[in-house]
Amino acid sequence: MNQQITGAEALMRSLEHQGVKTLFGYPGGSIMPTFDALYGHRDTLNHILVRHEQGATHAAQGFARVSGEVGVCLVTSGPGATNTLTGIADAMIDSTPIVVIAGQVPTGFLGTDAFQEVDLVSITQPITKWSYQIRSAKDVAWAVARAFFLAKNGRPGPVVLDFTKNAQAEMVDYEPATVDFIRSYDPNPLPREGALEEAAALINGAKRPLVLVGQGVELGGAQAEMRALLEKADLPCGCTLLGLSAVPSDHPLNMGMLGMHGNLAPNVKTNECDVLIAVGMRFDDRVTGNLATYAKQAKIIHMDIDPSEFNKNVKVDVEVLGNCKLTLKALTDLVHEAKHTAWIESFGEHKAIENNRVIEPEIHPTEGSLNMGEVVRAVSEESRHEAILVTDVGQNQMMSARYFKYTKERSIVTSGGLGTMGFGMPAAIGATFGRPDRTVCVFMGDGGFQMNIQELGTIMEQRAPVKMILMNNNYLGNVRQWQAMFFGRRYSFTPMMNPDYMQIAAAYNIPARRVTEREELRDAIREMLDTDGPFILEACVIEEGNVMPMTPPGGTVDKMLLEC
Amino acid sequence: MLSMEKTLYTIIVHSENIAGLLNQVTAVFTRRQINIESLNVSASSIKGIHKYTITAWATQSDVEKVVKQIERKVDVLQANYFTDDQIYQHEIALYKLATPIFQANPTASKIIRRHMARVVEVNPTFCIVEKNGMSEEITSLYEELQQFGIVLQFVRSGRVAISTSCFERLNEYLAMREEKYNKEKEMK
Repeated sequence: MNQQITGAEALMRSLEHQGVKTLFGYPGGSIMPTFDALYGHRDTLNHILVRHEQGATHAAQGFARVSGEVGVCLVTSGPGATNTLTGIADAMIDSTPIVVIAGQVPTGFLGTDAFQEVDLVSITQPITKWSYQIRSAKDVAWAVARAFFLAKNGRPGPVVLDFTKNAQAEMVDYEPATVDFIRSYDPNPLPREGALEEAAALINGAKRPLVLVGQGVELGGAQAEMRALLEKADLPCGCTLLGLSAVPSDHPLNMGMLGMHGNLAPNVKTNECDVLIAVGMRFDDRVTGNLATYAKQAKIIHMDIDPSEFNKNVKVDVEVLGNCKLTLKALTDLVHEAKHTAWIESFGEHKAIENNRVIEPEIHPTEGSLNMGEVVRAVSEESRHEAILVTDVGQNQMMSARYFKYTKERSIVTSGGLGTMGFGMPAAIGATFGRPDRTVCVFMGDGGFQMNIQELGTIMEQRAPVKMILMNNNYLGNVRQWQAMFFGRRYSFTPMMNPDYMQIAAAYNIPARRVTEREELRDAIREMLDTDGPFILEACVIEEGNVMPMTPPGGTVDKMLLEC
Repeated sequence: MLSMEKTLYTIIVHSENIAGLLNQVTAVFTRRQINIESLNVSASSIKGIHKYTITAWATQSDVEKVVKQIERKVDVLQANYFTDDQIYQHEIALYKLATPIFQANPTASKIIRRHMARVVEVNPTFCIVEKNGMSEEITSLYEELQQFGIVLQFVRSGRVAISTSCFERLNEYLAMREEKYNKEKEMK
């Protein structure tokens, strides 16, 4: 018979059994037995002590998004657990595989309003794939196996394990557990018979096809399959925010970003195409604008692993259920080689308009303050377009998504669905652990930088090589832009007094440099990239810069504004 | 075009018998601002699987989305929606009647017989009448009895329903899942 171990020790072994090497966490009363067990596993489980539990979840997200592995968080009950909610909700809406393990009061205290007790399972049910309370050490191996199976299989997402303190301390005979089948959940659903043939027939008959590439392509590891389909049938594509690095930016069939602040051509062409092929995306309102005028002329093919996405927002003609790695390959076998030269050339006109009126003035200005787009493109170029882009939320996010270039897979980490300010810095920390071989650049505004500014402590302690680009305009810029456009320039609580970020950087012993002049920009970026470890580059950018073009909320995708 | 007209749909859900699942199922309705008219939860014929019978007024497009969102929960095995012509449905109701008024009105007992209800308890103060039937029959008995001002209390259950198609969808589903799993395992 095996020697008995504690539930906490069983958790450590279960995590190791799942191949976990990195976790992000913060100790507290109800998770102390688990942190005590962790102390004995320091050689195999690298625990990153964050400065706030929200930071732990975003770090786990960043880790998961760049590595394709499950991100793991370890926090205490009550406030420790509630501090993770934003990250969990973010992971749910952006389909990011994370497992959050939270301490809980002992089983005997449940329901008594005990110290640091919250009903975490109930709170997290709507924002998780699965949320489960471990009340006995016997459950640990099974619950961890099921948690990881659910987090990473099918459409990925967050799982919560609420670990009662008595179960952490209880003795148990440990046997590693594996879950590879859940009868109520099929992670590899298959398309209905005939769906692929119908989709292929539509594509083969199309004169003006357009593909929408979503994050599902990255999550399914189907980047090569996606390119194969695009190239065989000569299909132009646009990418969603989260799908930007699924197809290289300079691929001749990549027409750019979709959505509210996306590129003009793919948005306009959405309302001109005759067949729209949406792959691993969910027709978010930031992509579609007004649904009543969205792609009404087109036959729509929707490929997704989650059947509840079909007809949720946009009524589709052919649903192709399944992992796109398999369905794209099968579809490519069925489509004919084709050329759509005239159609593809017709994107050029819109590209030229956007280039002349928006892009060139944004990235190559000759006078005035630094522009956000100018800073982003310079960083992208100096890192040979090979870095991982992490963004915060707001103008910095749209500008960096638009002007960064992507040559490698899994190269954009951003809070798309939830739009979480404060996401950037901790997510970038996680990304450096997920892909230590790659450069990680995070763009933040002065608002978002301060929303999880405490994680500078984590960066300092870990010497995490996060290249932080703070685009400071002394405003909550995105809201300010909307106030300018839709609220008569009434800048209600968007101007913001800022601290001296150089002093903050100095306090954390992080090398830093402030840039105000155009002539200095490249040199400062090179200094940042050449410095080992973390760096803060504060770029003082134009105060009232605007992200353009724009489909105003409720607007139509082919009527983007080029100026405000 | 899907009709925007609302219909009373019966939604039948099979799930693993796990604490907290009811919450997850009802939350799908709450999120879309759809009122649940009735709800019945009980063990199904298969051990460890619970069956939910829910009625709600909704448009077809809403009920489709609701069912998909419910089915998306990992511990839900199956969710389907039905219109009244696709199911056989029943409710049970109890009526507490004032005995003195009941005795003074002989038609009251005729009404009960005509509705095929039965008296299950009588004492000098009240008697209890029980009725099984379709939703409208139960309402109609209530209305007829209430003409006499006789009903002291009235309670009705949620709907239980069974589909009128000849196969049990759940068995088929479970068999299919097992088969697919074994096939995937073989391929590995």
